[in-house]
Amino acid sequence: MSEFDQLYREVILDHYKNPRGHGLLEGADAEADGQNPLCGDEVSIYVAFGDDGETIDEVKFSGRGCAISQAATSMLTELVQGRSAAEVAALPRDELLEEIGIPLTPVRLKCALLGLSTLKLALHKAKGTPLPEEWAGMADELDLK
Amino acid sequence: MAVTTEAPKLDAHKLRADFAVFDELVNGKPVAFLDSAASAQKPRQVLDRMRTFYEHEYSNVHRGVYKLAERATAGYEEARQKAATFINAPSPRELIFTRSATEGLNLVAYAWGLDNLGPGDVVVASELDHHSNFVPWQFIAKRTGAEFRVIPTDAQGELHLDELDAIERAGNIKVVANNLVSNSLGTINPAERLAAWAHERGAIMVVDAAQAAPHRAIDVQALDCDFLAFSSHKLCGPSGIGALWGRSELLERMSPFNLGGHMIRQVKVEETTWGQLPYKFEAGTMPIAEAVGFGAAIDYVGGVGLDAIERHEHELVAYALERLAEIPGLVAYGPPPERRAGIVSFNLDGIHPHDVSQILDMENVAIRGGHHCTQPLMRRLGVAATNRASFYLYTIREEIDRLVDGLHKVHKVLG
Repeated sequence: MSEFDQLYREVILDHYKNPRGHGLLEGADAEADGQNPLCGDEVSIYVAFGDDGETIDEVKFSGRGCAISQAATSMLTELVQGRSAAEVAALPRDELLEEIGIPLTPVRLKCALLGLSTLKLALHKAKGTPLPEEWAGMADELDLK
Repeated sequence: MAVTTEAPKLDAHKLRADFAVFDELVNGKPVAFLDSAASAQKPRQVLDRMRTFYEHEYSNVHRGVYKLAERATAGYEEARQKAATFINAPSPRELIFTRSATEGLNLVAYAWGLDNLGPGDVVVASELDHHSNFVPWQFIAKRTGAEFRVIPTDAQGELHLDELDAIERAGNIKVVANNLVSNSLGTINPAERLAAWAHERGAIMVVDAAQAAPHRAIDVQALDCDFLAFSSHKLCGPSGIGALWGRSELLERMSPFNLGGHMIRQVKVEETTWGQLPYKFEAGTMPIAEAVGFGAAIDYVGGVGLDAIERHEHELVAYALERLAEIPGLVAYGPPPERRAGIVSFNLDGIHPHDVSQILDMENVAIRGGHHCTQPLMRRLGVAATNRASFYLYTIREEIDRLVDGLHKVHKVLG
C-alpha cells in the first residue's frame, strides 16, 4: 500500500467527505470548544444526554479542520453514542486511534485527538468527570473555577 | 554594506552544492525545501566554522586570561561586529546578542515597556505582525494599563495606514511595533513611514526584521528605527542566537532584562550596578559558538549578496504566482510580487493546509501549513490557516514546478 493510501484510506476519506454528527445541537446538555494551537483549528462539541442524564444520546461537532481531525471527530460521534458520560470520560485514546487505524506522526496525532479531548472537556464541565491532563492548569481560561 | 546600482544575479544551482541536505535523495529526488521562512538550511561554510571554533578556539568568553579564552572572546566579538555591520549599526556596543529575535523583542517590551508605559499610553502593533512582536506588547500594555491597538490590513494583506488617525485618538502613542517583512504573506511593510509617524509623536519604533534580514539589505540608520531584532537561523546560521540592535541612548537608560553573571559592574548585598553596553543585556553564558556561526552565516549571505538574493526571490515569487494560477480553486494571498519578499501563501478551496502539506510531503516537497504565528491575520483573511511556500538563495524553479505538480495531485484526490 502506498503512503497515500495508508494515510488517506477509504474510510477516512468517507468520514471526511460525509462527516457524521456535523452541525450544531440546540440546547445541548454539555458543550466545549477546543483549539489546536499548531494549526489554528477550532472545534466545538455538543452533547445531549438521554433521560437518565448519564447516557450519551447524541454528539455533534462544528468547526474547521484537516481530513484527519474531521474524520476522527466524525468517527468519535459514532463511537461514543449510547455510552455513559463516565465511561467516555475514561475512554482510552487508543480506542479511537484503533478505529482511525492509520499511522500518525506526533503532529497529526494532535489533529486526530482534538475532538476526543474537547468532548472530555465538555463532560468535565457538565458532569465533573476528571479533566483531561491536556487541559490541566487552564482552569482560568476555560472558565472552570 | 555597499549598495550596487545593478543587482547581480546569483546561481542557485551552484550554491546548492554548499548544502548537504540536498544530497539526500528520496525516490531519486532531493527535498524541495520550500519552508525557508520558518528556518533556512545551513551551508557547510557555517558548519565548518563552528566545528573549527569548537575544536581550536573554544572556552567561555570575557573570563579567562589564557590563550583559548582570548580566541573565544575574539571570535564572539568579531561576530558582534559582523552583525552590527550587516544592519549598518553605528556601533557594535548597540548590538546585543539574544537567543532569538523573539527574545530581543521581549527584551524591549519588558525592559523599556515596564518603565515607560502607563494608563493613557498606546502601544501600536499590526495584524501582519508575528506573535513575537504582538503578544509581548499586548501583555506589557495590559500589565502597565496602556492601550493596545492594531493597524488592520486590507484585502491584499497590506497595512491600512489610513487607520492611524483613528488609532491616535486612543491616547499618547508610545510604541509602534511592526515587522519589516510579513512572515505569512511576504508583504514588505513601510517601516520608514511608520518610524517617522512614531517619532513625530514621541514614540519609539520597534522593528522585527526576522523575516527581512535574510532577504534584503537592512540599514537601521536609513530606517530611522529605535530597535531592530533579527535571528541567525533564518539566514543560514545556527538556531539559538539572534541579535537586537537599539539606540545607545535608549539602551543606556533601560533596566536590564535578564539578571545574573557578566551583566554587572558591582554586586553588593545592598545593591547591584549594571555593566556597560552591550554586556548589561547579556546575562549568563551566551550561545558562543552559535554567535560565531551567526557571523559565518552573515559572511556567507553577504558574499552571495543581499541584492542578488532579493532579485532571485522576486523572480521566483513572480514565477510561482504565475504557475499557481493554473491550479483550480487556488486562492493566493498577499500583495503583487514587486511589493513582497520570497513568500507565497495560498489555500486550495475546501482543502485543509495540513492535508495539502501532508500529500506534498509524499512527493518530498516541504511547505508549511498553519497559521504561521499570525492568528490575528488569519482571522482577517477569514481562514484558520494557509499553505506557505517560501524561497531562499538555494531555491530553484524546478522546486516550484514540483510544488505545482503536487498541488494538482492534492486537488485530484481531495478536491
